[in-house]
Order: sequence, then structure tokens, then C-alpha cells
Amino acid sequence: MPHQISVFLENKPGKLERVTRLMAEGSINIRAITIADSGDFGILKILVDDPKEAYNILTRNGLVVAYREVVAIKINDTPGALLIIAQILQRHGINIDDAYGFVMESGIASVFVIQVKDPAGASALLKEEGIELLKDDDLYYL
Amino acid sequence: MKYWSKEIETMTRPELEKLQLERLRWTLEQASHSPFYQEIFRRASIKPGEIRSLEDLAGLPFTSKADLRSAYPSNMLAVNPTRVVRMHSSSGTTGQATVIYHTARDLDGWTNLVTRGLVMAGCGPEDVFQNMMTYGLFTGGLGLHYGAERLGMMVIPAGGGNSHRQIQLLRDFNTTVIHITPSYALHLSDVIRDLGLGRDDFKLRLLIFGAEPYSKATRDKIERVYGVTAHNCYGLSEMNGPGVAFECRQSEGMHLWEDNYIVEIIDPLSGEPVPPGHDGEVVLTTLNREAMPLIRYRTRDLARIYEETECPCGRNFRRLSRVIGRTDDMLIVRGVNVFPSQVEHVLMALPEVGTNYQILLGREENLDRMTVRVEIRRQMFHGEMDELRALRRKIQHELKEQILITTEVELMEPGALPPSQGKAKRVIDKRQI
Repeated sequence: MPHQISVFLENKPGKLERVTRLMAEGSINIRAITIADSGDFGILKILVDDPKEAYNILTRNGLVVAYREVVAIKINDTPGALLIIAQILQRHGINIDDAYGFVMESGIASVFVIQVKDPAGASALLKEEGIELLKDDDLYYL
Repeated sequence: MKYWSKEIETMTRPELEKLQLERLRWTLEQASHSPFYQEIFRRASIKPGEIRSLEDLAGLPFTSKADLRSAYPSNMLAVNPTRVVRMHSSSGTTGQATVIYHTARDLDGWTNLVTRGLVMAGCGPEDVFQNMMTYGLFTGGLGLHYGAERLGMMVIPAGGGNSHRQIQLLRDFNTTVIHITPSYALHLSDVIRDLGLGRDDFKLRLLIFGAEPYSKATRDKIERVYGVTAHNCYGLSEMNGPGVAFECRQSEGMHLWEDNYIVEIIDPLSGEPVPPGHDGEVVLTTLNREAMPLIRYRTRDLARIYEETECPCGRNFRRLSRVIGRTDDMLIVRGVNVFPSQVEHVLMALPEVGTNYQILLGREENLDRMTVRVEIRRQMFHGEMDELRALRRKIQHELKEQILITTEVELMEPGALPPSQGKAKRVIDKRQI
């Protein structure tokens, strides 16, 4: 299962620059990024091609970092594709804590990343429904 | 009405000093009934009966806030507990509170001092008095309340806050005098303006200020906005509360009721007296309190005593300047005393945050705003926003329990704040007083 990296950041200029600079210096490619803000602080979430190394770099540089499994769902880049996923999640009563997406190949494939309480359980259910999930490698060597 | 207790208020200095000596001797005798002072006197070989002059007071040890805390709850009580009719308490610096007890006679004496002060400021029985100070353990509300009632004013026990209701009361009952903190007076004037009201919509003629320091500029501004005169009032819970000193209509220093207190101004470092006209720490001795006499109590307030004793108002009581600061790090936020150590105490008990912190004080719409910045611990971060928001709420709640005011809490990265060693600047006060 893919791993997501979360970074606690004070909400002030220069914070994003620091994280992205550390990633650039470590030759780490950021696949997807999302920032949630809560006034005085925010949480930056990234999917990268080498999550272990990214985690180590960020931690070594004093940042507050968390590392966790997420579910990356491959969907067609067409209208209604996300609806199918949403219906499955609804049917199984899976609640999404956080989600974001990015286009892999325009008009062909996108990735919908969801953060759920039980990523292994959700993955199994989605697979049973015939949904294609991306593994570490699929995601990192896009 | 010019005086409330004319014979006392117009005493000559020699008469006043004679009364002070009599009462000092009584106070020392009374104090010796408390376990605390009994021990102090025994250790310093002091015999209350051997005090011959007011100068002898300088030979007695100081009483400190730490002594009050160590004597909590009843080691300084000098009367049979059944005679106590009320207590007031203030929060301590690290959670240890202090308490002051009063007999009916003590309350009567305190009330008289407040009434005297109100009369001196120009109040009379025809006035309507709206008390916008907090009632409760804090002495600001009840202290002025009883003094105003004794004078015969109609008292509106409005308490603090709730500006719209305050304004409604001011208008419905034609309030003429209000007791208020300067910062709240500024805020209230903004609300009045926002409602499209002006000074002609009110019958106000006097403001009594208490509970927090402020500059002359603030006072001038408030007087201009309200179109009335403002009078200062000084007090502290250890010395009953408000009413220790009050400003007369000369508006030049506050007459300190020396028949009830002996005032000394000392160098806070050496403990040596400083001459009149020079700033120093205010030290007070009660002269008319039986439940809990305090001898040479170090208030930690910095002020000076005016050199002249005569005043055109006819009183020879010495005058105290506005309080210019504190010898400790006590902050006054919305009229409430707050010690940084109280904040520290709360944070220390929370495993999710570090021990470094910063307190930011500012004013928004003329209301004090206190922000506490604290570093989260790495281990508590699991990437979840909910968890962090819950932590922020928890800190806010714990702080409110401890310091009684609502604070903003900002979560920071570890290492973002100056380290706790050395002269870390814990408090950044951007308020213009």
C-alpha cells in the first residue's frame, strides 16, 4: 500500500519552501500535495516516489512528520468515474478522513487517494469490487 | 456632601500619626493571635507592647505573597473562625491560592473606606451606580457595591461584560456613575458608537476606574469620549480590595486612607525606604483589621508617594501615584491578574506539548486579547487535523480553568520558540495602555 507523509507546519511564509527544498535536494519527486489549514498551523500531505527516504530527510531536519498508509485508487479520467468509487464507499459505509487526487495521464487515468481508518480493510473491499488499486511501485514509478 | 467621615478625613498630620500608632499597637497585638505572626514575633523576639513609635515599624519583618500562600488556608487567622463572615480569594501563581478573611467589623471598615472614596470623588445619594466589575471571589465587584449602597446610591450590580445589556441598563435607569476597568470603558465606548448612540443619550457624570494600570493618555481619551471625569481607585485583595486609596476631585494622586493603612515605599531590591517623590514598591500595614492583620505587606506594585501632604480638598492623607508597574511578572488581562507561571503550570501537565511557551498580549477593538503559543511534541503528531484541533481546545479549556480568561492557543513546531533557559522573553505585550 502507498504511504503518505504528513508534515506539521506553522502557517507562515517560507514553510512550504523549506519542505520542497529538502525534497528537491534529496532528489525526491512529489507526486501529489495537499495542504489543510487551521489558522495558526496547517498540515501538508505529500505522496512521493521514495516515502521512507523523504520521511528520514524531513525528520532529520527537525520537522514534525507522520507516516501512514493510504489507499490509492486508479480511475478512468472520464466523467462519472469518481461516482462509481463514491457509491462503493457509501455501500460499505467507509468514511473518508481526507482525500485528494491527481491526473496520471490526461483523458486516460487519474488517481484518487483516500485516507481511511482501516486502509487494509478498505483495500480488500475495493479489490473485491474489481477496482484497481495502485501499489507502492505503481505510484512511485509512474 | 464633601466628606463622609469629616473628623477623620480632616485630621492634622500629628493627630493622624497618633491614631496610627495606637492602631499599630492594637494591630500587632491582634496579629499575635494568629499562628503565623506568633511564630514570626517569637523568632524575631518582637513584643507587640514594646512598639513606642511609628518608626519602630521599620524593625519588623516584611510579609510576602509567599507567606500568604504558605499560611493558606488559615494560619494567619487571628480571630475565632466563628467570627469570620466572608472570605475573598485570589488565584496563586502556581495554582496555590491565597485567602483573606473578614469579620463583620472588617467588612464594615472596608465599606466605610469605599464610601469615603466615592464621596471624595463627588458621588452622592442621588446617584445611580452601575457596577461593571466582576462579582465573586474577586474583590472589585463586592467592594464597591457595599460602599455605594452605604452612601445611598442606587446600585445596579451589572457585573462585567455583556455590553448591550450594560448600555440598556445605563439608559433605562439613568446611570450617573459607573465602576469600570479603563480597557472595558474604551471597548464600551466603541459599542455605544456602533449603536449610533452618543453622550447625550446618557446621564453619566463620573467614572470610577479600577483593577488595571493605564496611562494618562488613556484616561484623557476616555474622559473626552464620555464627556465625564474619571477617578482612580487603588486596592488589592490582600488589603481588602478597592478602597485603599482614592482620587479626590483635584485628580492629582490618590489619597491613601492612612488611618487604616500605613504606607511605606521601599527599594524592592534592598528593602530600604525610598524618599517621597521616588518610585518604589508599595508596602502596606493594615491598621483596622481584626480577622487577618497584615504587617508590612509587600504589594509588588510600583508607585510613589507625593511629597506634599496638604491638598486643596482639605485632606492631609498622603497621596499615592498611579501604579507604574510590578516587581514581579504579574500581568493584568481584562482586569484579571495572570502570572506567566500559571500558564506554565497548565502546559507542564500536558504531555502533548513542550515546556516552551510565549504569551502575546494585544488589543482588539479595545479588548485585551491573550494568545498562548506552545510547541507540540513530535510523538503526538499523527498527521490528523482533528487531533490537533482537539489539543488546541483542550489547552484552551485547561487555561481557562486556571486563569479564568479565554485565550487563543497557537500550536507551533518544536524549537520554534526561544528556549526556556536564560532570559527567554516569555511575554510580548503589545497593548497600548
